[in-house]
Amino acid sequence: MSTAIDELQAIIAELKTELEEQKTATRNARDKIEHMSAEVVDSNPYSRLMALQRMNIVKDYERIRDKAVAIVGVGGVGSVTADMLTRCGIGKLILFDYDKVELANMNRLFFTPDQAGLSKVEAAARTLSFINPDVRLETHNYNITTVDNFDKFLATISESGIQQGQAVDLVLSCVDNFEARMAINSACNEINLNWFESGVSENAVSGHIQFIRPGDTACFACAPPLVVAENIDERTLKREGVCAASLPTTMGITAGLLVQNALKYLLNFGEVSDYLGYNALNDFFPKMTLKPNTQCDDRHCLKRQEEFQARPKPVVVVEETVSDEPLHATNDWGIELVAEDAPAVETTSKPAEVVSGLRLAYEAPDKLDISSNETAAVGDGAPEASLEDLMAQMKSM
Amino acid sequence: MVDDSTRKTLSSIPLLQIRAGPREKDVWVQRLKEEYQALIKYVENNKQSGSDWFRLESNKEGTKWFGKCWYMHNLLKYEFDVEFDIPVTYPTTAPEIALPELDGKTAKMYRGGKICLTDHFKPLWARNVPKFGIAHAMALGLAPWLAVEVPDLIEKGIITYKEKS
Repeated sequence: MSTAIDELQAIIAELKTELEEQKTATRNARDKIEHMSAEVVDSNPYSRLMALQRMNIVKDYERIRDKAVAIVGVGGVGSVTADMLTRCGIGKLILFDYDKVELANMNRLFFTPDQAGLSKVEAAARTLSFINPDVRLETHNYNITTVDNFDKFLATISESGIQQGQAVDLVLSCVDNFEARMAINSACNEINLNWFESGVSENAVSGHIQFIRPGDTACFACAPPLVVAENIDERTLKREGVCAASLPTTMGITAGLLVQNALKYLLNFGEVSDYLGYNALNDFFPKMTLKPNTQCDDRHCLKRQEEFQARPKPVVVVEETVSDEPLHATNDWGIELVAEDAPAVETTSKPAEVVSGLRLAYEAPDKLDISSNETAAVGDGAPEASLEDLMAQMKSM
Repeated sequence: MVDDSTRKTLSSIPLLQIRAGPREKDVWVQRLKEEYQALIKYVENNKQSGSDWFRLESNKEGTKWFGKCWYMHNLLKYEFDVEFDIPVTYPTTAPEIALPELDGKTAKMYRGGKICLTDHFKPLWARNVPKFGIAHAMALGLAPWLAVEVPDLIEKGIITYKEKS
């Protein structure tokens, strides 16, 4: 009897300690802060960010509180992206993912082993609200590519901005598959929303980000996806037994490039890259701009292109001084100037390298080749049957 | 990238003509009819050549598909449930075919039992939009996957033959 009581007392003591630990953890979480202060004190979580103003990098940093960003895919890239934006004090984050945290994700950043089994959006929201309670978080746990969910997705990004009824300021695609990228692309073309596409290659040694402004830059359907040329012989690439490799480094770097450019866009500083690749094997960062394809398959893309063409463009005045005198009469070392501007590329290119270090994932279909030479088309010479008849026929086979 | 027998199978599946996804309600019905016509023809071909290997049906909107596929190995028939959704971006993107009961049993699957396709599948599909349909996805995607994975899974003892009850 007494041993039983002793045992119970021991358990109670243990639970008390655990409870105390939990309480400390919550107590250490800070309260919400009404306004971002530039005051340099250890207790101000925004002092180093507000210092960007004093350093003349960003004007009025606090505008970040009026920005809402949707992150689609909260995996290796998306979770770090959400973490960074949360620490930057973004106004609102909307997270989409339908996956659960698994121990197999632990080679990447952000999630911890105790979160295994939780939905990624829920686990992320808990950590993020602890890091910065000022950020408004909204989570959606579904696959955006199915018919029903796509409409919910569309409604959310077009109405759940900083003010209800207003669209989000930016969509960040951190998904790992072509289908989801195409779904985001068609949604953003439809409601004319700027978005960044991001990705890491399946062998974990390259990544990229791409800024898509419907009608202005190439949409994701304008051309086959651009991939960073890795100069690895396809035949020596082992794919046996696994779907994809991943590294926390490549994913963290890609998330960093993504958020950096998102911040530059949201807070108007620096120059936002239209396409930036990262080749981890030789530390090469190819950069370029992609023009939209005038024969894009997405009709909303074509509509946005028309609207963009009709909009007056800001005139950039470039002062040029022309002199007949050669600047340097001799050039013993053969030094020459190379244009630094990122090259703009038409999206009708063949799969060969588009610019140095980048190539299209595959050859674009030839628009003129509509007919097939050997195969009959559906319904050739067959009498018109109703859908119900066909369904019944298939079922009875 | 595609072997001769697959090429032959492919060329006998009728090509589709209508480019419409499930969000374009009216035209989608037309596309759906084409899908069924191509599937019926493909199953008929398979029956004739003694290589009948799947059955599929859909909900009435044609957005959710389900059925059975089977694979013969050492004269035994291994059968699996098949399912997939038609993505909103169809037919630009192919359906992601899933075998839920094999989820977690092979590395060549994504979450939910979606099969890993070869590097060649997506480029081939992309070059043939909107001519390729569900029948082509089955022939080019699921059939070669089963041919590689099922014998391997049987050999490893991960799947075993179930007597028909």
